[in-house]
This record gives sequence, C-alpha cells and structure tokens, in this order.
Amino acid sequence: MTLLSVRDLTVKFATRDSSVTALNRISFDLAKGERLGIVGESGAGKSITGFSLMNLLSRPGFIDNGTILFQGDDIVKMSESQMRSIRGNQMAMIFQDPMVTLNPVLTIGQQMVETLRAHRKLSQKEAEQIAIVKLREVYIPSPEDRLGQYPHELSGGMRQRIVIAIALLLDPQLIIADEPTTALDVTIQADIMELLLELCQSNKVGLILITHDLGVVSQMTERTLVMYAGKIIEAGRTREIINDPQHPYTQGLINALPQQTQPGNPLKQIPGNMPSLAAIPNGCAFNPRCEYALDHCRTTAPEIVQYAHVEVACHEVSRLHSDKSEERSA
Amino acid sequence: MSTLETIPPPSLWVRLWDSNMGYSFRRNPVAVVSLIIFVAVALMAIFAPLVAPFDPYDPAQIDIMNSEYPPIWIEGADPSFLFGTDDQGRDLWSTILYGTRLSLLIGLCAVALQAFLGITIGLIAGYVGGRLDSLLMRLADIQLSFSTLMVAIIFLAVTQAMFGSETFNQYAIYFLIVVIGVAEWPQYARTVRATVLAEKKKEYVDGARVLGFGPLRIMVRHILPNSMSPIFVISTVQVANAIISEASLSFLGLGMPPSQPSLGSLISSGFDYIFSGSWWITAIPGVVLVVLVLVINLLGDWMRDVLNPKSFKG
Repeated sequence: MTLLSVRDLTVKFATRDSSVTALNRISFDLAKGERLGIVGESGAGKSITGFSLMNLLSRPGFIDNGTILFQGDDIVKMSESQMRSIRGNQMAMIFQDPMVTLNPVLTIGQQMVETLRAHRKLSQKEAEQIAIVKLREVYIPSPEDRLGQYPHELSGGMRQRIVIAIALLLDPQLIIADEPTTALDVTIQADIMELLLELCQSNKVGLILITHDLGVVSQMTERTLVMYAGKIIEAGRTREIINDPQHPYTQGLINALPQQTQPGNPLKQIPGNMPSLAAIPNGCAFNPRCEYALDHCRTTAPEIVQYAHVEVACHEVSRLHSDKSEERSA
Repeated sequence: MSTLETIPPPSLWVRLWDSNMGYSFRRNPVAVVSLIIFVAVALMAIFAPLVAPFDPYDPAQIDIMNSEYPPIWIEGADPSFLFGTDDQGRDLWSTILYGTRLSLLIGLCAVALQAFLGITIGLIAGYVGGRLDSLLMRLADIQLSFSTLMVAIIFLAVTQAMFGSETFNQYAIYFLIVVIGVAEWPQYARTVRATVLAEKKKEYVDGARVLGFGPLRIMVRHILPNSMSPIFVISTVQVANAIISEASLSFLGLGMPPSQPSLGSLISSGFDYIFSGSWWITAIPGVVLVVLVLVINLLGDWMRDVLNPKSFKG
C-alpha cells in the first residue's frame, strides 16, 4: 500500500526579478513502513524535499507544481489547519542538531505533554504517562526524572533520543529524518541510527532519511534516491545502487568514500562543484563535471529510464556500463 | 539492591540564589544596595497607611495653622512632623509616603500597559513579517517621532478641558496610566520585534511548526519565553521613565491634583514657596524621586549586563 506518492513536485524560490527552481519535477513513492534514503551533495534539494512534504517551505520558497499524496490526500492543496493536524500527528520530522531543536526554556516533559495535548484530548497525567512510555522506548534511563529536566541538562545523544521520542509520540505513519546524526559524536551516531531503524521496523513507520552519508543509507534503507541540482538522477533498491551505481555522479559519490581509496593515495573527488541553482547548465546538469559527457549531454536533458535494476537519468548509461564491464574483465 | 536516594529539588528561592543571576547579584554591591533601597521604598509606600503618622487625604487631620513647619532638625520645628509640613499644613513625611505610592502605582501600571501593547504588537510584527510588519513598525516610528511629554500634554490638556477640572482630578490616575502607557509602547514593540526576528530563525521554531503547532501557540509559548531577557531590561528602564513622566506631568499641573499629590505634584506645589524659605516642600520629595529613579536605573543597568547574551559563552 502506498503511503506517500510524490508526482512532478516542483519547488521554486522567488528572487527579486525571477525565480530559481530548487526541485525540478521530483517523483517517487513510499510504501507503508518502507525506508527510503535521499542522498546528494549540499544544495541538491534534499532538505527542501523534506520541508515540502510537510508543506512547511518558508518564504521565498513555494511549491510551484505537482502533487504530494499522503494516504490519498493531496498535501499541496490542504488548508493550513488540515495540514497542522497531520504535522506531528501522522508525519514527524527529526532535524540535524538536537542542541537547537528542543526549546531551551521548556522542560522535556512540558514539550512532550504539549505535543500530545495539541493533537489528542488527554489529561496532564495521561500525557505524562505516554511520554514516559515513549522515553523508555528510546532507552532513556529513569524517564520519570527526565520530564522535569531542561534540554541543556542532557547530552547530545540523549537529546536526539528525546527528539526521536517526541517524533514518535503520536505514532506517526512517516518520519522524515533530515541528517539526524550529522551533529552528533561518531560514537553516538551508530547508536542513534540503530535506534531509529529498530523503532521504524517494530512500529511499521515509514522513514525518509535525508543524508549525504552513503554508508548510513546502505545500512538503514531499502530504496535510495540520488539527487543532483534539484533532480532525481538515480533511484532504485539501495543494494543495487551501492553495489552497481549507474549514473556517473553516483559512481563518483561512492568512489569518493575514504574507504574506496588505498591508504597513501589521494582521495578520489568529483571535480568541480554543484552548480548554483540560478545557473544550472543546459542539458544534463552534471555535464560540466562528467568525464563521459558528449555533445548531446550539453544540449538535451536526459529523461529517467529503466536501466539494469535501477532508474537512471543519463544519456550515456549503456556506454558507461560496457566500459565498466571491460574495466572489470581487464 | 541499593536504593537510590532522591534529592528533593531545591526550592525556587535556592535555585534563584544559586543561579548565574543570583551569583552576579551577590558580587555586585551597587545592585545589592539599589535593591535594598528600592525594596525599602516600595514597602514603605505600599504600607503607607500603616507607616504614615497622618492621613494626608483626610481634611479633618489637616490644620492650616500647621503650615510650613520646617523638618525637625531645623530650629522652629514641631516634633510631630518629621519632615515638616507643606503649605496646607499636611505632614510632609506622610504625604511623601502616599505620593510615592501613587508614583510607583502609576509607573508600574503604565509599564504594564506599555508591555502588553508593545509585546503583542512586536510579536505579531516580528512573527508574521511582510506588509503587516512594515505597517506596524511605521506606526511605531510615527509614535516615537512625537515626544512622550508632548503627546501626554496634549491629551491631558484636552481631557481636562473636556471633562472639567473636577472630573479630571477624580480620574487623573487612570488618564495618566493610559497616556503614559500608550505613548511609550513602541519601545517595547521594537525590542520585542528585533528579538523575535532572531528567535524565529532558530530551529526550535521549525521543530514546533513540524509538530503541528499553530502560530499563536508558537508565538506565545515558544518564542515569547525565549525573548524575556531584553523585556526584563527594558521594563526596569521604562518604569523609571514612566515615574519621571508622571512627575513631569504632575509638575506641569496636568497630573495628580494637589489634594491627592504624587511626588511630582508635591514638588510642584512646594515650588511656589522655595524662595520664601520653605525649601523642604520641594527638596525632600525631589530627593525621594531622584533616589527612586536612580536605584531602578542602576538595577536595570546591572540586569542588562547580566542578561546580555554576549556575556554568555556556551
């Protein structure tokens, strides 16, 4: 059953005299309880995608076109009050830095109780009981005492657990996690990811994991979207994409992982930078950085095609594939 | 099994004493002395009916024959009048106590009104932004371009002419609160708006929006408590300003009537006698006014230093 179905989503940012396109006709689906990774460099439009799903783009950004069907209803057309009853309730979001996502002047208990009571008719006592249960689910020791504490009294990992507990408070259908571990200590990152995975699996919650870390994506998700300059350039099962990437950009990303380089050798980078959204090159947006680019790559934009096990937007994907096979056999 | 001993949470008073503010307060003698003086003055003013030997509002206790006795440390004084008497024979000490009470009351109420108007408008302007923000802030600019005293003088003079002296004197205290309250709201609105603009960009606001909270709840429960420190600082300064405004207006004869004098009207009523030797009718209430305003401002200064976000690191 499809939980979320995004079709031709286009997001623009109004500038002084025109507008720039931040998301260009994005389409993807998410089944109930499925875990989807969105990867790409900074500025590819990953976070914008997350915010548009919540219909929370702040000015000057706006949804220009497309539909976002969440459980059959179009979020783009929803009124603000309808949307408010979905946010937090059926769809929750976890941000990057738990140091700043919790309100510093309210206690953990106040924030959790407020969230519960904003959406459900509950007494203070009942809400506190639910909060304690949820804190226990995210392995917070002695949750009763935590309710009276302020965010600054807790460590970063603890805070991110609390953020996750708040996201799960109302048993949402979908969690959007926007780089949930980037701001945390490396040692805690794995714990948090494991916790998130466990909770999503046991509660059958859909997860959209926005990250630039391909390692995390390969552990956490079933399917992956690779984004570049506001477009999806490759989509498919995570295992296929990690093991056999088709798009030259995805290949570059995977080769750029430090593990892919022998010690002592320079790290493999993708040359150049992501284009600014105001000056996306003609044709394939990746062509200036692509070593396989031919003339038609610079003039016509590639459509998404099914190739091998994945969907990919590249003119030269078949040539690339045979090149690589040769490389391997050689 | 070991049982964990639970330490009872410290009381509010202990928490306050141990807080950063409490520590810096103890280390700052100026703040300590200012607070002691302010609390003493405020307590005496609040309990004026108990502290004062006479009731200056009761005509039966006033004898015109007692007028213009000097304070007791000057020759020719009557020992029952500590600071002497004014031109109508009222005990100056009692009158000052009652007058300070009025001045404080008007100052605090006017600031409460200012704060209510200013915080509401500033929150809305800062949070909603756009055209509404521009409109409200231009209104504030217009309001600020008139001096408070000018607005107050025009308003009070017009009401005095409209209602007649009798009714005006009866309701003078409300008029003063409203006029000082309304004239100074832009101070609050601007400060609050600036803070809200900074707070609104913080991620906890996004976090609150993601949880499905409405704008009113986000403004009042999430942004406002995080914007309290500049509000505290500006409040102390505004109380001092409001007391001065009230005194100035009363001095000009547009405030509290002589039958129910505030500090300003006392200073004003003694002013006619200052060259006839009865300096104390003006000088003593003047000193009280200066001390009151000074300690409030000193407390405000200290609070500004402590609550300055730049003095916090981490």
